[in-house]
Amino acid sequence: MSEPALPDGVERRSFDGTERLATRGEAVYGEPTDGDWRAWNPRRSKLGAMLELGMETGLAGGETVLYLGAASGTTVSHVADFAGPTYAVEFAARPARDLLEAADSRPRLFPLLADARKPETYAHVVESDVDVVVQDVATRGQARVALENRRFLADDGRLLLAVKARSENVARDPAAVFEDVRHELADGYDLLECRRLDGYHVDHEAIVARPR
Amino acid sequence: MSDDAPIAGGWFAGVDPDDLEAGASAIREGERSHPRDWPALAVESGFADDEREYYDLLKETTARATKAAVSEAERADDRQLVHAVRAMDDCERTANELAERLAEWAGTVDSEAGTGIEYARSLSSGGRSLEADDRRIVSLAERTASLADEADELREFVERRTPTVAPNLAALAGPVLGARLISLAGGLENLAKKPSGTIQVLGAEDALFAHLRGHAPSPKHGIIYVHDAVRGTHPDERGSAARALAGKLAIAARIDHYSGDLKPELEDELDGRIRTIRARTDGKPDADGGSDE
Repeated sequence: MSEPALPDGVERRSFDGTERLATRGEAVYGEPTDGDWRAWNPRRSKLGAMLELGMETGLAGGETVLYLGAASGTTVSHVADFAGPTYAVEFAARPARDLLEAADSRPRLFPLLADARKPETYAHVVESDVDVVVQDVATRGQARVALENRRFLADDGRLLLAVKARSENVARDPAAVFEDVRHELADGYDLLECRRLDGYHVDHEAIVARPR
Repeated sequence: MSDDAPIAGGWFAGVDPDDLEAGASAIREGERSHPRDWPALAVESGFADDEREYYDLLKETTARATKAAVSEAERADDRQLVHAVRAMDDCERTANELAERLAEWAGTVDSEAGTGIEYARSLSSGGRSLEADDRRIVSLAERTASLADEADELREFVERRTPTVAPNLAALAGPVLGARLISLAGGLENLAKKPSGTIQVLGAEDALFAHLRGHAPSPKHGIIYVHDAVRGTHPDERGSAARALAGKLAIAARIDHYSGDLKPELEDELDGRIRTIRARTDGKPDADGGSDE
């Protein structure tokens, strides 16, 4: 596998003898740490799995990021460690409580309790032309959410999307679900790379795309 | 807000940078169809001296707004009920587990040791005297008994609380089952938005997904099995009874969430429906078909 470079601020470091992805920041979910560095668990983070698999995310470090589906802040805390201003949108109050805690020690991580399906409820806060939209929402209509949030993305920005097949339809073959999502996404995006996250996340596909 | 102002619709428009409270409510309540380059506009309009200061203000304000929104959502009555009913189940389960452990242990020193919570209560209240050496056993009994007491008190709390949160649901399902349904759905609003077919199988998710994957029959009922309308019906007709009950529960939850009126006729309608269903199996031997969730 030819490895694309990791973003600045993300490194492979050794934790207890194993090479793992890591970023620098305060620990959030009990992950192993080594000085300032904390391990990034690709099994708990779809973006972590994308980097681990060597996908071309286009991330270089320091980007402005809109993160949809921040949940408890597991992944978005790593993103805020290496990126620039990071807007974290989460819909459910319970995980948002943990997200607030993760955001506490990160001065450029902005938590927002909002529904990613309704961008008009946060477009007065999130700036235009962000470099990256990361999307990991477990709801039906994941392609729709990505299309709705395209308005935030710069023309040469990247959408990093993790599609969860079971959120669309538990009974259908995941491959068919992914096919449909890709098809719908093509309305607003050029798809650059699609890859199953098997081994890290069951029935998930990661997609890297660019607004068209 | 005037359209000519370049910052129209931005969260900081008309907000004093020192007034975090006003900023936070602008973040929570504002709406705008499209984003703009807010950091640059904020500096331009004098809200912040530079981008750095803007982001500092944004950080403080979003944290405050989200904290307030989260605690409001979490303090809502149905959220409290969800926690109470889950805590009640945890206390009950743990007390029973401890009572089992206690019975096993006490059995080694007391030939007349009983079982269950009842025995834990009699040990803790000094009803039975053990040797001084067995102090740890008595102490364990005390803790087990007080955990069982806590479970009882939580049950009383749930029984008192559900009727105020969801009066129709509580009347139709009983307060504890009503609270469990709210808990399984993740809140009263979520329950009100569920179709009755989903309410019918809440709590039987494993069986439902096995069915959807194609290697099991569809579950007839989830947690609503404990309701008399289902349990008291002949096994052959329990599917129908569960469907009828779930339909009325869905209506009850919707009334509770959206209007809050009391609709006592729901109960009568359900009773009538269940009577009709039961009439179909009149005369059939009451095959004691065990539970088939």
